[in-house]
Amino acid sequence: MKAIAGERAKRGKPFPTYLFVFLVPPLAVYALFMIIPLFDSLRLSLYKTMGDGSEVFAGLGNFVQLFTSPNFAPRLWGSLKNNCVFFLINTVVQNTIGLVLAVLLSRQRLRLRRLYLTVLFLPTMLSYVIVGFAWKLILSPVWGVSGAILGFFGLGQLLQPWLGMEGPALVAVSLISVWQWIGIPMMLFYAALLVIPNELIEAATVDGVNAWQAFWKIKMPLLLPTIGMVEILTYVGNFNTFDIVYVMQNAVGAPNYSTDLLGTFFYRTFSGYGNLPGDPTMGTTIGSVMFLIILLGVLLYLFGWKRRVRTYEL
Amino acid sequence: MQTTTLGVRLRRALGSMGTQVFLLLSSVVALFPIVLVIDNSLKTREAIFLKPFALPLGDAFSAAGYHKALTQSNFPLWFANSLFVTLGAMFLILLLGSMAAFALSEYKFRGNAFLTLLFLAGMMIPIRLGTVSIMRIAVALRLINTLWALILVNVASGLPMAVFILQQFFAQVPHDMKDAARIDGASEYRIYALVLPVVKPAVATVAIYSVIPVWNDLWFPLILTSGNRTKTLTLGVQQFVGQYSIDWGAILSSMSLAIVPVLVIYVLFSREFVSGLTAGSIK
Repeated sequence: MKAIAGERAKRGKPFPTYLFVFLVPPLAVYALFMIIPLFDSLRLSLYKTMGDGSEVFAGLGNFVQLFTSPNFAPRLWGSLKNNCVFFLINTVVQNTIGLVLAVLLSRQRLRLRRLYLTVLFLPTMLSYVIVGFAWKLILSPVWGVSGAILGFFGLGQLLQPWLGMEGPALVAVSLISVWQWIGIPMMLFYAALLVIPNELIEAATVDGVNAWQAFWKIKMPLLLPTIGMVEILTYVGNFNTFDIVYVMQNAVGAPNYSTDLLGTFFYRTFSGYGNLPGDPTMGTTIGSVMFLIILLGVLLYLFGWKRRVRTYEL
Repeated sequence: MQTTTLGVRLRRALGSMGTQVFLLLSSVVALFPIVLVIDNSLKTREAIFLKPFALPLGDAFSAAGYHKALTQSNFPLWFANSLFVTLGAMFLILLLGSMAAFALSEYKFRGNAFLTLLFLAGMMIPIRLGTVSIMRIAVALRLINTLWALILVNVASGLPMAVFILQQFFAQVPHDMKDAARIDGASEYRIYALVLPVVKPAVATVAIYSVIPVWNDLWFPLILTSGNRTKTLTLGVQQFVGQYSIDWGAILSSMSLAIVPVLVIYVLFSREFVSGLTAGSIK
């Protein structure tokens, strides 16, 4: 080991103590509470929890059970399907509106820009508990709020207890997640748009390019790296979502598991729910499946997207 | 461009009006639930149900919900717990994160690339997936139902982002400054202390990034610190609301009590929040 800087002074010393002082404390905490638990959980997924609480090596037994047994397989496929719908809605609605907001916010000579940025980012600051309950109350037919709003637009007859209905509940929960997290894509796109020099757009305008063409032909290609980043952040976040469903629809993803996501399925399995006892090693098996799903997305992003998209120095 | 025609000017005016309308409507949608909760938390039961959109004035006003929320629960304790965990985690993320980032950007040694990659990987893999093992480690270290369990877990999950951002800023600090100090006989610890103020904007960004998820977290408090003495604000409010689901005044008041501190801090530091986030993402 040797240091580049101050090399002359340090040459000859067997090992620089300061390097250990700087690196050991952060690595110790990071390893003990993140790296080791992640690998240990992968290892535990190969063990079966017996009736007396002991754990026995079972190879891929848990995975076979997870994918085939009637106790687990329907919940696995159900939560995976719901999670895909959840991700799709977040990708399409949240990231599209986030992009539109960022484009509008980056317009030159826009009034009240800072106020809009502050207000639109506010929901992202709140906890799931607040967001979930606030929307649960608003959507509840017991409180007249959503009825009154729909009535104002002459749509009063559309009012339904959405959170209690199998299809609409998942859409509602997904859209509430969109409402909460829209600030993240908005800010990332906004920051990326700020870097695009105005002269580039002005030069194109002089050449007769209209605003629409300027967006698609100039800004969009420059935004591609950011789009990839926003997508992967959404993907990783969505495939371990738990809180919003837990707060609004309980750990079972009511009604009838229709809002059950991989995160709630994972939680229920390792910690137990109702009169079902927890099965920690089966929980880690679901965790491992989630790990593989997330890893697949990250690898696709790194090697499928990031390698192909050109980044321009501006 | 003095030759802008009337048509072009009209189109521009319409365009900026459309922008304002869209942004205004979006802002209303963003604020509506928050305003509605705080507004109704100050009203009587009748007013909450009969006039949800009215202001809490005259007969409609009531602080009974707050009275109940504050007397039937342990808000001050939950609040203190959340504050301790958040500030403790933030301090350690900044300290340990800057130490690791400094070492990784300043010194060339075998294993540097590996350690950088190890921290980078942590940004993509959610710490939650290791929960079962984290519980066991916490039990083994007798950390269950202690706030230190939450601090350490949050430090571990916050470090990758902190190291990633700070490393890039440390790398930009000019070498002349450090070398001059070294010639004067400064130790490497002194150099670290010397460079830290130079990357202050990045430290602020990291502080913002790390504070929000710690304060709002529900998962780890639920699993590691659900005891009465160690509940955080999010977990306390979550359980309180579940328990008093019929008393809307108390529910709305407890929610408002959880919103207001975040709101005050956000409004006070909104400039830093917004510029910190955009600066962080440009990097």
